[in-house]
Amino acid sequence: MKPATQQRPKYYDLNLANLPAAGLVSIFHRISGAFLFVPAIPALLYLMQATLGSEAGFLHWKGVLAMPVVKVILLGFVWLYAHHFFAGIRYLLLDLHWGIGKDSSRASARLVFVLGALATLALAWRIW
Amino acid sequence: MAAFKLPVGAHYGLTAWLMQRLTAVVMVAYTLLMAGIALWCPPGNYSDWKGLFSGSFLRLATMLFFVALLYHAWVGVRDIIMDYIKPTGLRLTLQALVGTALVFYLVWSVSILWGR
Repeated sequence: MKPATQQRPKYYDLNLANLPAAGLVSIFHRISGAFLFVPAIPALLYLMQATLGSEAGFLHWKGVLAMPVVKVILLGFVWLYAHHFFAGIRYLLLDLHWGIGKDSSRASARLVFVLGALATLALAWRIW
Repeated sequence: MAAFKLPVGAHYGLTAWLMQRLTAVVMVAYTLLMAGIALWCPPGNYSDWKGLFSGSFLRLATMLFFVALLYHAWVGVRDIIMDYIKPTGLRLTLQALVGTALVFYLVWSVSILWGR
């Protein structure tokens, strides 16, 4: 007879495809943060320097940013920023014990993905 | 085994945790401000764009954003490095490189906003 208090094995399925929404928000928050550190921060600083430095630089980069392939890359980084932004706001609210119930935290995790995608689509619509 | 956490350590982890959140709030405010500018009065030419950052309010707000961004990046990237890079020498080397890059970016952002 085994004791009733026996520790049962725990199994956490860490496969990305099977993570609950909150887990996906978390890992994409980390991945987006890494890409925002490199290459987004130096790229942003370089772009500001080049476009504020001279009118020739401004016109050059305005032309580059009008190219469709560059727009797609830009939208990729906008999505990274938007996801990091909304996921971060969710964490700030969770820190304040706002929406920490199982259902509300699941709903807010899904909302983070929806808002990140909507912000990106809104900008895509704006620049095309 | 002691069932309690030993009250030792430098305690700067709490500072980092708190600053990560404070800097996030600063960046949320700046992001909303810039989104508003992009929506209602987007700068279309060079003089608009340059004029935007020549006013002292937006210049200071942008500087505050960069300070918050670089501090926030330091906490976040350090967390990532501590989680995945186990060999101490490599971990400390990477942390030193990241810190050096962030200080360089800080000086760079000052020179972009004021150095002309």
